[in-house]
Amino acid sequence: MYARITARALARAVPSKAVKATPALTTSAKAFSTSMLSMNTAPKKDRVKVNFPGALDSHFSQVLEIREKMEPIDTFRVMDTDGKLLDSSLEPDVTEDFAVKIYKDMLTLNAMDLILYEAQRQGRISFYMTNAGEEAYIGSAAALDPEDEIFGQYREAGTLLYRGFTLDQFMNQCYSNELDLGKGRQMPVHFGSKALHFQTISSPLATQLPQAAGAAYAIKRSGRKNCVMCYFGEGAASEGDFHAALNIASTTSAPVIFFCRNNGFAISTPANEQYKGDGIASRGVGYGMHTIRVDGNDVWAVYKATQEARKIAVELNRPVLIEAMTYRVGHHSTSDDSSAYRSKKEVEDWKRNDNPIVRMRKWLENKGWWDEAKETSHKSQQRTAVLKSFAAAEKRKKPAVSEMFNDVYDKLTPNLIEQKRELEELIKKYPEHYDTSNYAKEK
Amino acid sequence: MLIAALFRYDIVVVELSPSQEYRSSILSGLKPEIIMEICTRAISFWTYQISQEAKYQEITQRGLEDKVELYEKQQQRMTREVNVELNVLQGDLEQEKRKTADLSEQLDQMSRQLSRLQTLYERQKRRPLFDGALQHAQPHLHTSLKNQYAASNSPPPAEGFLPGIANSKLIKHTHHDALRNPELASVVNGETKKMNTFQAINDAMSIALATDDTACVFGEDVAFGGVFRCTMGLAEMFGRDRVFNTPLSEQGIAGFGIGMAAMGSTAIAEIQFADYIFPAFDQLVNEAAKYRYRSGGEFDVGGLCIRTPSGAVGHGGHYHSQSPEAYFAHTPGLKVVVPRSPIQAKGLLLAAIRDRNPTIFMEPKILYRAAVEMVPVGDYELPLGKAEILTHGKDLTVVGWGAQLYTLENAIQLAQKKMPGLSVELIDLRSILPWDVETVCNSVNKTGRLLIAHEAPKTQGFAAEIASTVMERCFLRLEAPIQRLASYDTPFPLIFEKFHVPDMIRCAEGIERAMKF
Repeated sequence: MYARITARALARAVPSKAVKATPALTTSAKAFSTSMLSMNTAPKKDRVKVNFPGALDSHFSQVLEIREKMEPIDTFRVMDTDGKLLDSSLEPDVTEDFAVKIYKDMLTLNAMDLILYEAQRQGRISFYMTNAGEEAYIGSAAALDPEDEIFGQYREAGTLLYRGFTLDQFMNQCYSNELDLGKGRQMPVHFGSKALHFQTISSPLATQLPQAAGAAYAIKRSGRKNCVMCYFGEGAASEGDFHAALNIASTTSAPVIFFCRNNGFAISTPANEQYKGDGIASRGVGYGMHTIRVDGNDVWAVYKATQEARKIAVELNRPVLIEAMTYRVGHHSTSDDSSAYRSKKEVEDWKRNDNPIVRMRKWLENKGWWDEAKETSHKSQQRTAVLKSFAAAEKRKKPAVSEMFNDVYDKLTPNLIEQKRELEELIKKYPEHYDTSNYAKEK
Repeated sequence: MLIAALFRYDIVVVELSPSQEYRSSILSGLKPEIIMEICTRAISFWTYQISQEAKYQEITQRGLEDKVELYEKQQQRMTREVNVELNVLQGDLEQEKRKTADLSEQLDQMSRQLSRLQTLYERQKRRPLFDGALQHAQPHLHTSLKNQYAASNSPPPAEGFLPGIANSKLIKHTHHDALRNPELASVVNGETKKMNTFQAINDAMSIALATDDTACVFGEDVAFGGVFRCTMGLAEMFGRDRVFNTPLSEQGIAGFGIGMAAMGSTAIAEIQFADYIFPAFDQLVNEAAKYRYRSGGEFDVGGLCIRTPSGAVGHGGHYHSQSPEAYFAHTPGLKVVVPRSPIQAKGLLLAAIRDRNPTIFMEPKILYRAAVEMVPVGDYELPLGKAEILTHGKDLTVVGWGAQLYTLENAIQLAQKKMPGLSVELIDLRSILPWDVETVCNSVNKTGRLLIAHEAPKTQGFAAEIASTVMERCFLRLEAPIQRLASYDTPFPLIFEKFHVPDMIRCAEGIERAMKF
């Protein structure tokens, strides 16, 4: 509800803000071209513009320009690492309830991560991926309309949590039980919910990006005032699909926000081996789209950046790239031990010195909206709630075995009907080998 | 006095400086002939003197030159000696440096181990707390689920479990057992070492890098050892310019490998999971496979080998379980290989790397740790395009590859319990493309019955190709319908895996169907 109110309030402010954002971009571009100008024989206005169809804004020049770098894009920040507001004009225009909900969701996500990570270590679930260090991306979910479509990668459980995916739903998916919306077919953390406009996660990287562009185009054509939010990591940005997506979104003017969680690592590969140049953000400018770089550990900066991006997407029907700079505090997944490629101290330093949860908590405390007592009571309530959901999900049966054959197509095909029958007969013939007691009864 | 002096000295220099008048008075009145005579004698005396002087100077010069030469030689020798000594010292310094680096690495490892142990300790400490809290929230833990993963109270390993493989007769447990294979004749006198599959693969790559300066190993996360540890230590041993991380882009990796190979280099590229090979499909199917053919043999990418872990592991779901060999088997120009064990993996991988055709090497990831053999430490290759008969038999031919062979081994044993005396010929196909038609058809011509099993879905799985070829060639010898045992035609389903793949029971049923037709 809060999200809706703020979104509407902000939509009113669109024209002035959008205009303000554009000159800022051109100013920095002008500053750079001035420095190049001194090398040129004549000022740009006196030189002839090219008429090649592929570069209409370029001028002819007698100076051979070999350019390696552009001005690095700044990183937008609202709070410092102590949660102190850096500029009073940036004070988030939010209610206490709205801010506290974001913070509580960050805590819940953290609690859920801790318990499911431990559960995997104990062999209770087969796999898990934590969000540690990146919880501030919940700020991006808070800036969206609940009907904006989300295409995630796999480390965005917090956006689902914000939208109202329940702890039970999370746990049911991780336990692949009969209540899992995905019917137990995918590994843990591959969540999805039609009701919450969150497309089901798939493991291959970057595949969701061009899909997001297509979805956004369809939404634009439908006339709905919504956009698509597409999350991915800086590693995925090396895939061809990333480049295909940005280009096609840009040329089709699709209302999509590409949100890059640049957490510094793709499993073991550090960002400096992943790409050269000014991060992922510089690619956005290259594809001719509005681009923002933001402190990804600063909830309010992420919130503000997403708000502005959403306005550009929905009001101007243009794609936007946001690069949120952060640090992956956890291992890549439970199959990974990051101490093999980075020092524990580095991780501890990040945890201690720039913790998005601590920053948000301090901001709330400065506002007088949160205190130690609330923290303690909330944390203990939450832990109980998570554990309760966890135990309930663990107890539930797996989906009925015949669910294996459904949803391959809209209806069972002849080969699947035959194979289903074959399996039924096998299970009947060898009940001791095919123990189905842990699976739901066939309907 | 002058005479006495003459007696005492050989040379006497007397400084005479006669005056002009004296000289004219001596010569005056003499005949011109006499004067000429005197002059001639004087000239010849001086000529003699000068030539003697020149000779003396010459000798002196020669002596000096000899000395200079001698000194130069001495100097050179000394320089050489000093250089040698310097080299030795430098070598020592390098060694010391390396030792220091090794020690600090060891220290690093030890401290990492320590921190891991500490975490483990803390976790152990926390566990009762956690369990207590859980019990408090929910007193009854579902026990049957515990059977699935929690029997050991630890997470399932990334590469899965394969129970029973340790007792498999297909595994070569001893040195002699390993070397009894005629295909290993080249290393029959060499040593063997206990290795699991990822170590054998690592060993093969290490040999490929050591024997071929153009060879490079690259892919996502390979520098720190790879997610399955296959490239462990290679970057340290051969340098980061030969063993390196690539950006996360499968089509980039495949295309990059093709480019290296087109320049005559050896490219050993890793695609982290076979499930993620599809972005590279275009590069492999349209580019690598057709590189030689489309250029009329001008160019080729024979130096390209793509390694990729494939197959089911018990908890991989859709995208960490697939066996996509049949997609590539539909592509003339590629070779596709699947090994079944450490010895096979090492020999086949070396052959695949050195083969002059682009090769896709699919490593059943469940075997990475589970399969352990005595592997020859030497450099050896096993033939591509050649199947291996694992057990000889006369009633039924069973064909499989990779991890499926161990399921088949168990299924055969189960069937033999039901049908005593059943004699089965088990064949490891090893190469999917090109495949060994001759060995399989010879066997079917002998047995008259064929069963093929693989993990990939049934429709259009590679068994279909084998079945139709055998039908074409052995039609009159077939005594029962060819049995195809494969996964069901659905995406790979996480929680239904044990019902999905062709397990021991299903394969044994297939054997029975073939025998009782």
